[in-house]
Formats: sequence, structure tokens, C-alpha cells
Amino acid sequence: MNIVVLIKEVPDTYGDRALSLETGLADREAVDAVLDEVDERALEAVLAYADEHPQTNIVLMTMAPESAMATVRKALALGASSAVHISDELLLGADLTLTAEVLAAALKRTGFDLVIAGEKSTDGSAGMLPAMLAELLDAPQLTSLSAVTIADDRVAGTRSTEYGTATVSAPLPAVVSLTEALPAARIASFKGVMAAKKKPVETLTAADLGVDAERYDVPRSIVVSAAERPPRAAGVKIVDEGDAGTQLAEYLIANRLA
Amino acid sequence: MTDFPADSVLVLLEVTPDGALAKTNAGLLGAATGIGSPVALLVAPADSHATLAQGAAALGAGTVLTADADPGALIVPIVDALAAASELVHPVAVLASHSVEGRDAAARFAARTGAAVSVDAVAVERDDEGIVAHHSVFGGAYTTVSAATFAAPVVTVRQGAVDARAEPVATPAVSALQVQASGRPAAAVESFEPLEAASSRPDLRGAAKVVSGGRGLGSADKFALVDQLADALGAAVGASRAAVDAGYIPQSHQVGQTGVSVSPQLYVALGISGAIQHKAGMQTAKTIVAINKDADAPIFDIADFGVVGDVFTVVPQLIAALEAKSK
Repeated sequence: MNIVVLIKEVPDTYGDRALSLETGLADREAVDAVLDEVDERALEAVLAYADEHPQTNIVLMTMAPESAMATVRKALALGASSAVHISDELLLGADLTLTAEVLAAALKRTGFDLVIAGEKSTDGSAGMLPAMLAELLDAPQLTSLSAVTIADDRVAGTRSTEYGTATVSAPLPAVVSLTEALPAARIASFKGVMAAKKKPVETLTAADLGVDAERYDVPRSIVVSAAERPPRAAGVKIVDEGDAGTQLAEYLIANRLA
Repeated sequence: MTDFPADSVLVLLEVTPDGALAKTNAGLLGAATGIGSPVALLVAPADSHATLAQGAAALGAGTVLTADADPGALIVPIVDALAAASELVHPVAVLASHSVEGRDAAARFAARTGAAVSVDAVAVERDDEGIVAHHSVFGGAYTTVSAATFAAPVVTVRQGAVDARAEPVATPAVSALQVQASGRPAAAVESFEPLEAASSRPDLRGAAKVVSGGRGLGSADKFALVDQLADALGAAVGASRAAVDAGYIPQSHQVGQTGVSVSPQLYVALGISGAIQHKAGMQTAKTIVAINKDADAPIFDIADFGVVGDVFTVVPQLIAALEAKSK
């Protein structure tokens, strides 16, 4: 079984993330870059399957700047046999449609029985890439799964939506996205960290994949402006001396909020 | 019917699994009306077409295209209908809800047609050069505006973010859409379990008031205090991830980075410390009230009215005072 896990390096949500007001792109210098937690959980689901099925070949795949190599190595330290790192300055600021085109080309090149991704990244938060890949790869999509069962020739799971949960299944090959309801990732062992340094990482450009990143004859989504919201100032803060509930009621009523 | 206005905006109506129009459609049609003439696409069981089309008209859809749903196949039939509708209508934009199903359908449609996508828009508008979408990113710390370089963009609209409403249409033009099945492989939907019957409280998404509880509530039983204040204020109930992880309340109530983003008139945080991931889901609220025992809790940095105190003494007094005033 060949499983490709899509991973993404994102600005750490524990810090104050910043956006360049000039380009509208994430400022990668502002806070530490980390492997997105939801991707760690997706990887863990695959590693747990591989623990039981030693014949599993796990490939990590990411489209990210050269600087993301450290994050790729950290992910390799958790498990997986190799990684594909698509790194190309021409892809800086690529929109979803182009990103999907690039990743679909890379997935076709690498080959897969199963593609697994986090449901949505914490930075872009689109949650649309897995469905786009399913379309481009002509594979069934099983997106937003809060539980997954992988069998030799099929995959099934629980899809969580705003209205309830559905039981879904499909034969392989398929594209799956997993939510943060899945268990947290294991901690990398020292052995894993050492082994990760020697694991093969293939570096590819858009051109290697036969994708023209500079086409002007296809529509692209662009950021036309970006602005920072003024920071909130703290207002009144009182310490309860027995009448705080009453004071708060008066505040809400005076501000027509009650 | 072959003629559609040049400024047609194709709206993928959101239909709930039990076959009703989702609440998000009012905002979708409101947003569409602001940038053109809405043409609604209804993908639903055939016997519900007439009723739901009338429902969509009441929300401003002057034209409704209908297609049969296939509840056993995930997403693909909706995408096939959307592709057929787009080819027929030649819209200036395609709008869908940024719900799980809406964004899945929008994503596949964009991938199939090579369209540019603007995701999770909080507003759409039309300027001299076309349709632009407004976004609230990094938990509302920034606002951005996106546009397609050319051609009709696919825009997913954040649930509950658009307040604009379209004028009702008395007699919509309803016609059945011819859909050619693409034959693309789809996952099978074997069964569906609806969320527990929704309470009479407002939905978290789009609610004007939200009362949220955190780990400070201490237990699932004591979390009832959050419900009581929500009912006294007519508010929706939210929670921090800590409260969800502790099992006090289902995940669907989670507010924050990985939960729902809300932007209400009033947000009341009870026993919530205000981790940066929680703030990312609520800091655009107009007025923030926080009650917490810890005077140093970061939630106080953004609260308009903060009370350092025990939620179990302050909140009952607050509810009593609100009830006394309303009499």
C-alpha cells in the first residue's frame, strides 16, 4: 500500500501571526514555522495503520519554500519512508487552483493508493485542496473524516458536517482528509530523528512536474489589498466585591446588549 | 429558458441532509443580489423542488434551476449540476456556502473548470473591474481583498457572515436543469446520523450574541450555567477547545482557530483564559465581556468589560438582575 500524506508548514498559532501588507502573503519571519497540527494527526493515523501493516510505504509531500526542509525532516522523524518537496520560487503565492494542479501532477508522478491530508490548514483555512485533488486525480473524495478505517482495497470513515455525521466509503485509490478529532501525533524518538536525516527527500520544481506556473491565459486568484485590524484595547475591568453581576447587567442594558 | 441576465450570479443553494433549505441561503442570496442577479441552483430530491424553489424565492432567488440529488454519492452529483448550470448561465461569479459540503462542491467545480477561488469570504462586492471578495484572516487580525485576474470567480461565503438580505420574489422562474453525469468516482454515503435535535437557541454561526464557556466551568454538569446565561440573553452557546476536549460540550460548539469563527454584537466568555487560538475565533466581536477568576487571564486584554470573579457567583447574580430589569 502506497500512502502519500500531504503536509504543510504553517505559522505557529501560538504566536502573533503576521501578514505582509505589501504582498498579502504570510510573513514567514513573524513567528516560528511548524508542521500544522492537523497534518500531524493525519500522519499519526497513517503511522498507526503502518504499525499494523509493515508493508505500507508512506511518502510525505509538501509544496513549500526551501526553508520548509527542516519541517519535512521533523515530520520524517515521526515515521514515513521518504518525502517529496516541491519547492519553486515561481510558486510563491500560488492560489488554490495552481497549488492543486502542482500537487496533482506530483501525486500522479509519485503514485498512490491513498492520499491523506489534514482537513484544512490553520493559515489558509480553505479546506478545499483535498476535494480539488480528488477531482484532478479522478479519485473519490472522503473529506472531513473524524474517524477513518483503511483496508487493503478500500477506505471508510465518519464524515462530520454541520448537520451530522455520515458513514462514507470508497474503493482505492482515494483522497481522504482528516479532522483534528483524530488522535494527536506520537513524539519522535531519538532513533527516528537520526533516521530522518538519511531518508530520501526528492526536491522538485513546477517545471519538473510539467506545470507552467506563469500562465496568464488561465484565471488566478490574487490578493488585491491587505490591512491590519487595529488592535483591541482593554476596557473596564472590575474585581467582584459582591455586586459585579449587577454592574455587568447594568452595563449590558445601558449598551442595549441585554 | 435560454436567456439569463449578463450579471447573473450562480448561487449553489445549501440543502440540509433532511431535505430543507439551510439557514445559510439567506446570506448567500443576499450577497449575490449585491453583485448581480441571483440564479439559484437547487440540488435536492425531485419531490421537494417546488417547495424549496418557493423557499429560495422568498430569500430573493428570481430564477431557480433544479436538479435531482443523489444522497448515496458524495459531492460529485452536485458538482455535475453546478458545471451544467454554469455552462447554461455563464455567470459573473459562482457563490457557495463555506460549509463542509459547499466548499467541497465549490472546490471540485473550480478544479474541473480551472476557475479562480476566493475562500471563506465575509463580503462580496462589485467594482469597476469585477467581483471582489473580502476576507478576515489569521483569526480576524487582518482583512484582505481578493479577486480573480479574469473570468468568473468561485467564492465560498463564510456561514453567517453576510447580513444583507434580498427582497423576496413572489413568483420565481423555475426550470429543470439538464445534467450530464460526469461519471467521476464518488464515495458512497452509506448512512447519516443527524446532530442531536437543535435547541431553540440561535445557531452559533451568525448569532448576534454568543455566551461561551471554558474549562473554568469545571464539569459538563456545571456547564449548564453557560446555557442559562445564553437563554437569559437570547444568545447562542459556544465553548473553548479546552471545554470541548474536557467533554463538557460537543465539538460543534467550539469557537476558535480550529472551530467556528464568530463575529457577534456581544461575546461573553465565562471561565475562558483567552488562549490565542480562542481569540482567533472571536476577537472581531463588537463587544466582549469576560468573567474569570484569574486576574491575569489574557482574555481581559481584549475585553470591553471584564470581571475578576467566580462565574458561579457572578453569573447567577447577572441572570437575576437581567430578569428583574425585564419585568
